[in-house]
Amino acid sequence: MIVRVLMVLMCCSFSVHANRVQERVLANGLKVLVKEEHRSPVVVSQIWYKVGSSYEPSGITGISHMLEHMMFKGTDSHPAGEFSEIIAANGGRENAFTGRDYTAYFQALEKSRLAISFELEADRMQHLHLLAAELTKELQVVMEERRMRTEDKPRAKLQEYLMAMAYSNSPYRNPVIGWPADIENYRIDDLQRWYQQWYAPNNAILIVVGDVHAEKVFKLAEQYFGAIPAREIAVLKPQTEVPQVGVRRMTIKLPAKVPYILMAYKVSSLKTVGQEWEAYALDVLATVLDGGESARLPARLQRGQQLASSVGAGYDLGGRLEELFMFEATPIKGKSLLDMEIALKTEIRALQRKVISAEELARVKAQVMANSIYEQDSLFYQAMKLGMAETVGLGWQTAEQYREKINQVTAEQVRLVADKYLVESQLSIAYLEPQTMSENTQQGVKHAH
Amino acid sequence: MRIKLLLISILFSLPSASAFAQAIKHWQTSQGGQVYFVPSPGLPMVDIRLVFAAGSARDGKQYGIAALTSNLLETGAGQWNADQIAQRFDAIGAKYSASTSRDTSWVGLRSLTQAGLLAQALDTFEQIIAQPQFTVAEFQRIKEQTLIGLQQQQEKPGFIAKKTFYQFIYGKHPYAHLVAGEIDTIKAIQLADIRQFHQQYYVSKNAVLAIVGDLTEQQARKIAETLYAKLEPGEKAKPLPQVKSPAKARQKHIVFPSSQTHILAGLPVLSRKDADYFPLYVGNHILGGSGLVSLLFNEIREQRGLAYSAYSYFSPLEKMGPFTMGLQTQNKQRVMATKVMQQTLADFISKGPTQEQLTAAQKNLTGGFALRFDNNKKLLNYVATIAFYQLPLDYLDSFPGKVLQVTVADIKSAFQRWVQTDLLQIISVGGQ
Repeated sequence: MIVRVLMVLMCCSFSVHANRVQERVLANGLKVLVKEEHRSPVVVSQIWYKVGSSYEPSGITGISHMLEHMMFKGTDSHPAGEFSEIIAANGGRENAFTGRDYTAYFQALEKSRLAISFELEADRMQHLHLLAAELTKELQVVMEERRMRTEDKPRAKLQEYLMAMAYSNSPYRNPVIGWPADIENYRIDDLQRWYQQWYAPNNAILIVVGDVHAEKVFKLAEQYFGAIPAREIAVLKPQTEVPQVGVRRMTIKLPAKVPYILMAYKVSSLKTVGQEWEAYALDVLATVLDGGESARLPARLQRGQQLASSVGAGYDLGGRLEELFMFEATPIKGKSLLDMEIALKTEIRALQRKVISAEELARVKAQVMANSIYEQDSLFYQAMKLGMAETVGLGWQTAEQYREKINQVTAEQVRLVADKYLVESQLSIAYLEPQTMSENTQQGVKHAH
Repeated sequence: MRIKLLLISILFSLPSASAFAQAIKHWQTSQGGQVYFVPSPGLPMVDIRLVFAAGSARDGKQYGIAALTSNLLETGAGQWNADQIAQRFDAIGAKYSASTSRDTSWVGLRSLTQAGLLAQALDTFEQIIAQPQFTVAEFQRIKEQTLIGLQQQQEKPGFIAKKTFYQFIYGKHPYAHLVAGEIDTIKAIQLADIRQFHQQYYVSKNAVLAIVGDLTEQQARKIAETLYAKLEPGEKAKPLPQVKSPAKARQKHIVFPSSQTHILAGLPVLSRKDADYFPLYVGNHILGGSGLVSLLFNEIREQRGLAYSAYSYFSPLEKMGPFTMGLQTQNKQRVMATKVMQQTLADFISKGPTQEQLTAAQKNLTGGFALRFDNNKKLLNYVATIAFYQLPLDYLDSFPGKVLQVTVADIKSAFQRWVQTDLLQIISVGGQ
């Protein structure tokens, strides 16, 4: 039954050709990717820079994100705020985001207005004004952002502490937004250096998805970005994570109401892995555990044994450096965090001992297949996938091959990666132990390796 | 899934905010079921949403019963238990969803349109809506989960602020409590109450169906016919009571162990069919609705660096929905930030926007018109809204024209009549 369904799906997949990505590299090194999507008269344009929090030395963590904020503060030809006003007056939507391995800026516009976005992005790639007075204000904004995202959220804080413990020397140990003392002490010349070091056409990828013609987009890109000189881009130090040689644990005590556990196993990413099937098998493993309501964790721990109020697992194969395979759980009333830890480890052991059923594997592949159709509904997401793969050095082709690679994963391969990677010596565990919220709780962290 | 999002840890600069504009086709099934359909060829997928007038405004004293009922639907239906239902959807990559708001509870399905797959997805979907089992065991489990979820929400100053804000602006109106309910009221709900709620509100006379996707009208008609045939006809829900404006302005601060204070200010204003809908909507776009270029964003963030996010919006509902302004700032700046927010509003109301600001807003709204429904997901939202609130079928087509008709005087007059600063309710939650 299940097998038949899957075969139907695959036939279906042949009749639906996803549109092709077209690539052109300008003489100055700017890579331009275009995917034509003619369903609606709109276009999404994203420019990705290969720089993010994992590029940052200590003392200035979070500076990529700070620079992203400052990129809206004006250039020689467009004073602060004008960028956004022009995009708004043209009916556009815009924003920017920073991750561990990239900083990206985007606009969505009616299709005839793509040149407006190119003109403005080309301008701020070269002529950004970095003014001390603007920095003073924007620092406050980023501190507020940090308070909102992390300081006042016990679970976000737990994750931040866990990352800093799980990684010994990898820059993935630092939060994308940066540590508070670093944020408070950026100087304008720190930002100036960062901007000069990384914002160059040969360190960027321009991605356009929408109701456009690729050749015209290439021409337009040449017109606006072609004259920007390439710059020498420093080679990143590897900062390869030292081997972990035993389990790491911590308990965080914060004002909170509900206990919570995070478990993180150090694993390879597609970029760092020896044999690439391992990364795809880890991805399947995460979906076996937490891909939909029928996945093992919700089926067994939430419904079957009724130990967890919420539970999840996740793995991002797209990192530039060594990754973490994460688990999270909230116990139901009467159960402890230790109960959660034991239950999660029991599920892991089961995956190491016995191959997943043909039905489970077919389910994962059916979901991946369906999602590859659903995701084409969003121009933004399609561009995003290409950008993430490009900035970590996997190449956009890798993103396009994802479904095919997942289809090749076998049940035994899933068992093998569970056995190889989800082992005690590579584990970091963090408990959130709630403290009463009414009194002014002393915030403290107990830390033991 | 949740962790995946967490891991990518992207930081946006801003908190988030055609060929598609085919006419909406509207008809009634043979049993009188309301159907709204937009064909969207191109991708072999379909989105279906069945919307009931069964939101938290129908909770009565049992705050949270609408949401709890909605959450229970997929835990057993027809001959299938929760595991079997989950497997039936996941095995074919179909996605089931359900959600409750103040006015509505809806159930949704996203599926590939390949015949065999769609049939299995629809079959399961129909059972969930029409034949939920509501077993004791699943009821207890979901209730416990809900209680823990509500407890965890108490960790968040923003949650406390929102809860108090709604109590203040709505008083005794059924919009006053949160959709999720309260710990005490959830505890008191019995399974019989859930069955009763379902029986009363999940009926065809109380529903509208929205379909967007790669189907012919004939296929859509067949799906609608089958779906509605599974439902009892029942009765349409009674009209909700009118909202009474607050009697006077109030301000309340709640002490909370957080580094930031969350501030919300507003009052009930806008219903879906209000004659002043467009002046208020366009006016708010200028005041606090247009992200990086709004007046509030400029005064609070760009000029003073007081907050990461500062915004205002109208949430139009069946009856008067809230006008809300919000920001979060470190505790010691609470008083100052509140003042700037109030002053920005007061100035806007007394002076209205400039012609230049209005023109810019109109350019943004009309120039970006195609972005509002450039995929099936966004389009479905519009179709479902138009269907539920009985808006004109040409609502989308006429949108740019209505935006362009708005004048400075219209905005000034509508804000002066509706956004009365002497009735403003201001809630803050944070440190001293």
